[in-house]
Amino acid sequence: MIEFKLPSLGADMDEGTLLEWRIAPGAAVRRGQVVAVVDTAKAAVDVECWQDGTVLDLLIQPGDKVPVGTPIATLLEEGETAETVQRPAHAAKPARPAAAPRSATSAAFAAPPTSRPRISPAARTRAAERGVDANRLSGTGPQGAVTLADVEAAARQAKPLDRHAAMRQAIAAAMSRSKREIPHYYLAETVPLGAALAWLAAHNAGLAPERRLLPGVLLLKAVALALRDYPQLNGFWQDGAFRPAAGIHLGVAVALRQGGLIAPALHDVADQPLTPLMEALGDLVQRARSGSLRSSELSDATLTVTQLGDQGVDGVFGVIYPPQVALVGVGRLAERPWVEGGKLCVMPTAQFSLAADHRASDGHYGARFLAEVRRLLQTPDSL
Amino acid sequence: MSRITYREALRQGLREALARDPRVFLMGEDVGRYGGTFAVSKGLLDEFGEQRIRDTPLSELGFVAAGVGAALGGMRPIVEVMTVNFSLLALDPLMNTAAALRHMSGGQFSVPLVVRMTTGAGRQLAAQHSHSLEGWFAHIPGLKILAPATLEDARGMLWPALQDPDLVLLFEQGALYNQEGELDESEVVDIRSARVRREGRDLTLIAYGGTLGKALAAAEQLAGEGVSAEVIDLRVLRPLDDATLMASVRKTRRALVVDEGWRSGSLAAEIIARIVEQAFYDLDAPPARVCSAEVPMPYAKHLEDAALPQVPAIVAAAKGLLGLA
Repeated sequence: MIEFKLPSLGADMDEGTLLEWRIAPGAAVRRGQVVAVVDTAKAAVDVECWQDGTVLDLLIQPGDKVPVGTPIATLLEEGETAETVQRPAHAAKPARPAAAPRSATSAAFAAPPTSRPRISPAARTRAAERGVDANRLSGTGPQGAVTLADVEAAARQAKPLDRHAAMRQAIAAAMSRSKREIPHYYLAETVPLGAALAWLAAHNAGLAPERRLLPGVLLLKAVALALRDYPQLNGFWQDGAFRPAAGIHLGVAVALRQGGLIAPALHDVADQPLTPLMEALGDLVQRARSGSLRSSELSDATLTVTQLGDQGVDGVFGVIYPPQVALVGVGRLAERPWVEGGKLCVMPTAQFSLAADHRASDGHYGARFLAEVRRLLQTPDSL
Repeated sequence: MSRITYREALRQGLREALARDPRVFLMGEDVGRYGGTFAVSKGLLDEFGEQRIRDTPLSELGFVAAGVGAALGGMRPIVEVMTVNFSLLALDPLMNTAAALRHMSGGQFSVPLVVRMTTGAGRQLAAQHSHSLEGWFAHIPGLKILAPATLEDARGMLWPALQDPDLVLLFEQGALYNQEGELDESEVVDIRSARVRREGRDLTLIAYGGTLGKALAAAEQLAGEGVSAEVIDLRVLRPLDDATLMASVRKTRRALVVDEGWRSGSLAAEIIARIVEQAFYDLDAPPARVCSAEVPMPYAKHLEDAALPQVPAIVAAAKGLLGLA
């Protein structure tokens, strides 16, 4: 029997609220199938299952909020039947989150914290009454204890499904962690894009507008190809060590109209030709803005690219999204005075920057990576 | 209203009791001709005569036991023991006899005796005259323990104590004798309840006798720092008025006990235990206490001051409960 657990849909996600089941007991599930829609602080996300099986029990109900790692459904493996498997105690009834059992079978349950958070008895009692998770509050009492007043303040602030505030909190948490933990170093390189844009103009000539490539996809492809040779920038810093990622999935920072941003992953960028990549990018941005991203897109970006050139800034020095170890920023694409072959000319350029985790790589390495990006963009045929 | 001292208020209470009930008499060391070691009974010998204001030999065991006998015989004696330290010589008649006799006689006998004694430090009287042992007596079932901290209680607690059918101990804090103020003649004094002496929101300071003034001073200082402290005067140390304590703690969610007794096994410990038993789920911080240092009371002024609960320590502990330290 397979226990399907709520996956982490991003480094800043501790828990999620089930919005909808897309499966029912008895249904067959294929690997990659969307089985549920879960609300994280950032978005409603389609959650995929990564195993084949038949749904046995759904363990939580829409509206339930559970920590990452909580079993939310059980699946029968091939050859099993409901009669032949021994259901864990919690499968017997749809468990409310507070009653979720901590049986030995659910080892992925978040390990109990080593020391109990300081929450005053009065605060604990009131938090239970008001439905506030006192464990997540920062306290103002002695030794940082959460007091009754802290709970009441939190209860007043907690507006139901305030997506905007929740996203601000999520961004605040991730960015604070980043600046707290990651020793950033920053490099910048002005990249001439005359050749690339000329190639793009030639490629787009005669194509219907929706078939045309945008410069952004070219830049993403160049970054991805460069990462093949600079794997120390592509991956995660976890448990005190760098873990290179198997694929090159670029997180594309997308500003949301209602405020905030999200950086879903564009998968396997280095391996895709430009045209399908352009389609995938358009689809991804559109779905990010409509709030229908898939779980894998939210969780597995290996390096983030942020392009703020539309806003007219010359350069951007980004904050790395943990546990990633690097972020590439691209500033405004504009014609600037340029010296080439000893002559002054007008050249379209953009400033590429690299913010990288000094634990995982060094400035020399990062500089060579940026130079490689620049080199690739001078030979757009190779993209 | 009239402006008088704590000592004069006690004397008024004695005079009124002696005048109201012919069964009442006062005895103790130097209470007559000398006017009382702390001058509480000064002038009463002339007013009421040797039969009712009786000087005794220096034998606490003897004259306290005589008081027990007189009470059993139908009188309403008031026995003065010079300091609580000396009362240890009279523990046998107090505990083994007076406190137990109603129980041991199956309700046939009671001991309507009032014993007054001085307690507490602050006057450089050193380690044999300065301790606060009222918490020990508050351990004993069958006793009623009073600790007047105000002029009204100093005058008004004696009469209801004399009406009580059993032994009542009345503890006068030595450092309060010269405290002067306006006596509110209209205040009704009981010997059952604790009183809120200052209302507040943020924490409850629980004090009695000699520590009440310090708690009020601390509350005043805290108010200047934006902390609203409620101050409770226990008044009756046994039986404790749990209802008043818990109502306050449930409101403020924080409790700080100020007790001149030694910390370990103290009255403060008992009060905190009750708060934890009865109001645990209303607390926002672990209850705290400021007690005397666990040493024999020093003679030297600076050491005595350092050994006693003082306003800065109370303020600091209060702020600690609020996470402001």
